[in-house]
Amino acid sequence: MADVTLMKTPAETALAQAFESAKTSLPGQAESRAQAFEQFTQRGLPHRRVEEFKYTDLRAMMREIAPFAGVPAADEARAALAGAKALASVKALQVPFVNGHFVREAVDFHNLPENVEIVPLAEALAENHDWLARLSPVPWANDNPVYQLNTSFMADGVMIRIAGPVEMPVHLRFVTSAASAVATATRILVVVEEGASVTLLETHESTDGANHQPNDVIEMIAGDRTNVQHVRINAEGDKALALSTLAARIGGDALFNSINVVAGSATSRHQVFAVLDGENTNLRVNGATMLKGVQHADSTLVVEHAAPHCESRELFKTVIDNEATGVFQGKIIVPHHAQKTDGRMMSAALLLEEGGSMNNKPELEIFADDVQCAHGATCGQLDEDLLFYLMARGLPKKEAERLLVQAFLGEALEFVENEAAREALIETVEGWLKART
Amino acid sequence: MLEIKNLIVQIEDKRILNGLNLTVNKGEVAAIMGPNGSGKSTLSYVIAGKEDYEVLDGEILLNGENVLEMEPDQRAAAGVFLAFQYPLEIPGVASMTFLKATLNAQRKARGEAELTTPDFIKRVNAAATQLEIPKDMLKRALNVGFSGGEKKRMEILQMALLQPSFCILDETDSGLDIDALRIVSEGVNALRSSDRAFLVITHYQRLLNYIVPDTVHVMSSGRIVKTGGKELALELEANGYADYRDSEAA
Repeated sequence: MADVTLMKTPAETALAQAFESAKTSLPGQAESRAQAFEQFTQRGLPHRRVEEFKYTDLRAMMREIAPFAGVPAADEARAALAGAKALASVKALQVPFVNGHFVREAVDFHNLPENVEIVPLAEALAENHDWLARLSPVPWANDNPVYQLNTSFMADGVMIRIAGPVEMPVHLRFVTSAASAVATATRILVVVEEGASVTLLETHESTDGANHQPNDVIEMIAGDRTNVQHVRINAEGDKALALSTLAARIGGDALFNSINVVAGSATSRHQVFAVLDGENTNLRVNGATMLKGVQHADSTLVVEHAAPHCESRELFKTVIDNEATGVFQGKIIVPHHAQKTDGRMMSAALLLEEGGSMNNKPELEIFADDVQCAHGATCGQLDEDLLFYLMARGLPKKEAERLLVQAFLGEALEFVENEAAREALIETVEGWLKART
Repeated sequence: MLEIKNLIVQIEDKRILNGLNLTVNKGEVAAIMGPNGSGKSTLSYVIAGKEDYEVLDGEILLNGENVLEMEPDQRAAAGVFLAFQYPLEIPGVASMTFLKATLNAQRKARGEAELTTPDFIKRVNAAATQLEIPKDMLKRALNVGFSGGEKKRMEILQMALLQPSFCILDETDSGLDIDALRIVSEGVNALRSSDRAFLVITHYQRLLNYIVPDTVHVMSSGRIVKTGGKELALELEANGYADYRDSEAA
């Protein structure tokens, strides 16, 4: 076969140049980075003819690549964190990042809560820390171009080990305060040891008006009998293009509950790759997405039931105002041996105006014969009869609409166990609705 | 209080109300009876302001004001309350949240101050006790998973809280067992007063044993064809609607 030289887009060329100039200064073994970047380069930025990116054409959406952000000065980091608002009302152990760099000064390493260990990733990579072997808990995530880019460029992050029950939530706070556009790549590894439990909060905020390009990966290894409650909010600035991945391997008899709330960024894609690796585990992955203007948000989900007798529930709610676009791609994989799997996936979209669009792509790949799996997708407007009922009770139309939208998203939020976090998310929804004109 | 003049209404080119005239005075309880399809529910929806109906002619005056020009929420603030035949389920909205939002919206529309939470809770609890509504029901999403009787009691609870001046009960007796009928009727009777009027729509005379009307109107083919006292309901119960269907055809 003749060699084919692929034409690179300007963005792909810029990424190659950025990788060339950064690879010697990025921490850790250059080898795995080079390998990931090589894999990425073979196919380039994914476009609409790549099935998984059909509705989110990154080649078209990433015309330019922002320069990778440097380490912020101490006072800039302090100011950025002082102004951070997302889930600020929730008392939690703060693990903050500014411009993609871990602000280690903000963490009192000598007084961490019991059962919590934190190792800065840059340090771990430089020292070849033995936890590094636990990175990439979901092998097939390595085929994903967004993940490959993160592996190539990851500049900072933390590794967190939860050794037992941890009462206080751990808050991974990402703030990008740079005035002009920057790219960031962070990698977090959370190891939750057998029998341990933790609430992980993850918030992403950035300045409006700048085309920031964050690419964040959180990897989790949750052992047997663990309980992980994960609450993520995308409150990025209005021009950001935010890519993110949650890759999780979960043991048996475990509870794992993750929600992603999209309340920001111009374009976003959040990927959840989960492997249920032990029996009797209960997984819930929810999403609540609020879009207006010409925003675009993609929720992509792949759940592999690698063990029998597990239950998974996925509920994604998307509210689309104006001409925004929502995407839901969900896939449940049930191999031969995963009998008695019980999986239910639902995506519901509410279009508030004409002109918005929603792309729903639920998929089931089932090879076992004794399973219960279902998926559903709906797309509609507010129910006229319900609106009339509320108005007949005295609520003006706008208020009636607000209440119904809140109720619609509320169904996805009600599974958030941490009360303060749930209330903060409800406030986020209320704020979004009030800002509607 | 309420005056309906020559009301002509259609839905999707089908005429439902054909020049309906009706007057309900302050303090009066008026019953409307009539066979299926005579337009009773349409009348209640048109008074409350449902969009699907096209009003071709006529007017509905509430205390001299034409409500046809008002949005449903404005009508509610002006005192109109419709107890739905099939109350809707609103997943994700706790009954308490809903009650508070509606009460305060109406107060706001009338230029009154919002209720404080303790004051609000006191009022809800008083009304709930009378209607034998358990408190945990108020924490659940509105009407979701409620039985037919519970939904109807919730409607009357809303009526008791909102204190409307003109109440329409659309087949409130449908789906109620004897006990629920008694509770609901007692709730309604407790609200009877000299400055509040009721329009009670029903198929059956049974409800009118509990909520005794001052006047009874017979509706057929979109018009009031006979008006009388409470004894008219008994007559209908005995003879059926056949006479009125005939008179319409004649």
